[in-house]
Amino acid sequence: MRPILMKGHERPLTFLRYNRDGDLLFSCAKDHTPNVWFADNGDRLGTYRGHNGAVWTCDVSRDSTRLITGSADQTAKLWDVQTGQELFTFRFDAPARSVEFSIGDGLAVITTDNFMDNVPTAQVKRITEDPDDQSEESLLVITGIKGRINRAVWGPLNRTIITAGEDATVRIWDTETGKCLKESDKEQGHQKAISSLSKSADWSHFLTGSLDKTAKLWDTRTMTLIKTYVTERPVNAVDISPLLDHVVIGGGQDAMNVTMTDRRAGKFEAKFFHKILQEEIGGVKGHFGPINALVFNPDGRSFSSGGEDGYKTVFSEAASSIIVV
Amino acid sequence: MMALEISMEGIEARARDLGVVLSAVDLEAVALPAGEDFGIISDDEEILRDDDPMELEMGFANIVVVDNLPIQRRHGYSFIEYNTPQEAELAREKTNGYKLDKSHIFAVNMFDDFDKYIKVPDEWMPAEIKPYTPGENLQKWLTDEKARDQFVIRAGTVSEVYWNDARQKMPELVFQKQYWTDSFIQWSPFGTYLATVHRQGSQVWGGDDKFERLMRFVHQQVKLIDFSPGEKYLVSYSSHEPSNPRDTHRVVINIFDVRTGKVMRDFKGSADEFSASGNISVSGVSWPIFRWGGGKDDKYFARLGKNLISVYETETFSLLDKKSLKIENVVDFCWSPTDPIIALFVPELGGGNQPARVGLVQIPGKEEIRQKNLFSVSDCKMYWQNSGEYLAVQVDRYTKTKKSTYTGFELFRIKERDIPIEVLELDNKNDKIIAFAWEPKGHRFAVIHGDGPKPDISFYTMRTANNINRVSKLTTLKSKQANALFWSPGGHFIVFAGLKGFNGQLEFYNVDELETMSAGEHFMATDIMWDPTGRYLASAVTSVHEMENGFQIWSFSGKQLYKVSKDHFYQFMWRPRPPQLLTAEKEEEISKNLRSYSKKYEQEDQDAFNQLSEQERKRRKQLQEEWVGWVSKWKQLHEEDRAYRMELRDGEASDEEEEYEAKEVEVEEVVDVTEEVVAFDLDQE
Repeated sequence: MRPILMKGHERPLTFLRYNRDGDLLFSCAKDHTPNVWFADNGDRLGTYRGHNGAVWTCDVSRDSTRLITGSADQTAKLWDVQTGQELFTFRFDAPARSVEFSIGDGLAVITTDNFMDNVPTAQVKRITEDPDDQSEESLLVITGIKGRINRAVWGPLNRTIITAGEDATVRIWDTETGKCLKESDKEQGHQKAISSLSKSADWSHFLTGSLDKTAKLWDTRTMTLIKTYVTERPVNAVDISPLLDHVVIGGGQDAMNVTMTDRRAGKFEAKFFHKILQEEIGGVKGHFGPINALVFNPDGRSFSSGGEDGYKTVFSEAASSIIVV
Repeated sequence: MMALEISMEGIEARARDLGVVLSAVDLEAVALPAGEDFGIISDDEEILRDDDPMELEMGFANIVVVDNLPIQRRHGYSFIEYNTPQEAELAREKTNGYKLDKSHIFAVNMFDDFDKYIKVPDEWMPAEIKPYTPGENLQKWLTDEKARDQFVIRAGTVSEVYWNDARQKMPELVFQKQYWTDSFIQWSPFGTYLATVHRQGSQVWGGDDKFERLMRFVHQQVKLIDFSPGEKYLVSYSSHEPSNPRDTHRVVINIFDVRTGKVMRDFKGSADEFSASGNISVSGVSWPIFRWGGGKDDKYFARLGKNLISVYETETFSLLDKKSLKIENVVDFCWSPTDPIIALFVPELGGGNQPARVGLVQIPGKEEIRQKNLFSVSDCKMYWQNSGEYLAVQVDRYTKTKKSTYTGFELFRIKERDIPIEVLELDNKNDKIIAFAWEPKGHRFAVIHGDGPKPDISFYTMRTANNINRVSKLTTLKSKQANALFWSPGGHFIVFAGLKGFNGQLEFYNVDELETMSAGEHFMATDIMWDPTGRYLASAVTSVHEMENGFQIWSFSGKQLYKVSKDHFYQFMWRPRPPQLLTAEKEEEISKNLRSYSKKYEQEDQDAFNQLSEQERKRRKQLQEEWVGWVSKWKQLHEEDRAYRMELRDGEASDEEEEYEAKEVEVEEVVDVTEEVVAFDLDQE
């Protein structure tokens, strides 16, 4: 297992995304400019210039032609992956925190923060094949959540949208009616803000990470809690291995406390847990700041992590020395 | 009435479901069996009121009544209300019996006292003898089948008692209670009682399997408590803010009998009287103020005063021989842990004209049985060995220039005739002493000495094979990251720990063989505690800092057994055990034939281990099966949705799983390339 250290961002990493083939890695950071890298050797392929604020999130279409990004400059933008050309801009009254394409890439869900007097929303936009036909009109606006929505993702068959955020509650919404179908149990669920949410490869279950130092695995349909993974640090990022029964959990103490203590104290490790047995099976060190983003390559053989330190590391699991139980 | 009607409807519906004809039932005949309440407690039952611990009536305790005032009316008295009962009490003490003039002598009484004395019946009644109720077995925990030890922890608002189950590699909960204590918890010296501290006083708990309240000790705003070594008495301390800011704090100390809850003696006064002469710290006192002596019999206790040591005996709870021990300028004293002997220290006087002095005083005779004069002393610390055989006095002396100090030891052999004293100086006299510790029940001691971040550790013995009365060095270990010493309660083994600044380095050392058994680390550890048997060691990070809170359990040889994380972790305390009942000979015999005894336990350990791994295997298998079941159900649903999913993707034929399989081989090759490219990136990390 060898790490590749990618230095390209000047500010802390916020989000990482592989394309479906696993050969491209998209990275977002607080430095306004998302990057795309070759996943296998860490060479930078290009940048997407145009945002005027920290970029919180991105998603790439199934055929790797379109990229959508959400930024603190109160816009979400559509890009041509290959040319880096900006295709369209969705304007909001608040920072865009989370974006995701639907199955078939015909729709996208975008969340906006509770900023100034605005309530947080999750909005569904139609994504057209030809960018000239693209409009800003929302097909559906989900409101009624207190506190920032940190992630919103599509459920199976685009019938539902799953949201999670600062109010520590995971909710499933009907995309037809915009009504809340299910809510995570208060007792069983997270006790503090949910920072991240990641779906399994077959969308059957999803994993949430929270500042309450746990990550929880849920059934996508019934919203029942399946597993809980307990760590020693606030969790900022989670992902589920598409290949093995593993989950990876990253986090760390608040950035403001980092410099005051020993590097070991921060626990800036990406921790591996056995998905089914809920046991910690290993950890990968390498960051000297909290981990903000974690993502498995779709082949399940490597993963990337991005940290508050502004580095992004690809760990390849070819040897899988720590990983095999 | 509404509610009743609704519930009647419910009953009728239920009766229909069950096929019962309601009209045929004689409702009058249905009655609860006597004493049955179905777990629903009525509001006026005793048990509910009992839930509120330590609710004490304040009443009019803060009011005094002053009589005999010079007023030209019929009643010459007045009521004065104070902020607190303590202030009222103080006012009463100071002014009662005050002679204003010939005919007016104040009679000041507490308002509550009138009520109290009116209630006293005029005729003597024989005290009612309560029938004997057998108490709980307070020593139950010692009869644990697996011979485990207990410990108590306090984290957040919850206090919990656990068994240390080292075989299962986890703690087993015994008892848990939220808001059990307002400030801290403490075991009594033999582990019989667990004391909690509240605003209104302290309480002790104990018993068979649940922790029941055994006694309350009322003491408003109690701050500190201390048990006597034989756990017969409990001393509690409180300090009260004066109403006039220029006054000193008022101190109240109560000594209770633990079993009866009676106040045996109380001491009241200003904070000055109770702080040891000279060293008035911010908190005002160095606790414990009263130090218990005379071994486990709790016969004597003593306190340091200005130019004197007051020794009290517990038979009458008064001063021994009705007077204190007068010793000019005494600054420190300590009791032998086993015998009624006081070691005391008097510093240099008159700029060195009168030498400093360490003395040993026998109680109750008060005769000085040994004394040693010391010159150019700057400071002095006394360490008793726990069976009272040796006393080490660490003496810091000025060098000739008086600019720096160096350290030496005076070693007293208490149990030998005439108490011989030996002088020990370290190889390098200028080394600072960081820690000193006697081997419990043994004849060796360890010293951490040196300057800088990596001090040395030396071991000495008080007896050697050929020369029984000579102290000699066993070994010196160079450059250790340690600042604290923890001997196993049984001796033979010691742990050097680098606490706080040293990040929690631990080294487990066998002093018999003079070799390191193992080394470990509990990052940021703040506390180290041996269990009372010396089998296990706990290291803890308490909430001195915010992170890493929790504790770890180690075997005596340094194998990490398990780890528990707790936020806001305040306290960890092993439950002490009463002293060994076996005689020294019997103990010797057991350790000689240890092999035959241990066979049985080894077998048990093995069985437990096998059982555990069997259980673990089963558990894993079950979890795996549950998961597989769940996934197959999902797969089925997923399959049913396939057509619709394809439609969403504009009829793209391939479903993700198949396609993904096909690519696997390619990716593996790519990874090989990756390994070569990364090689030079590693250095930059």
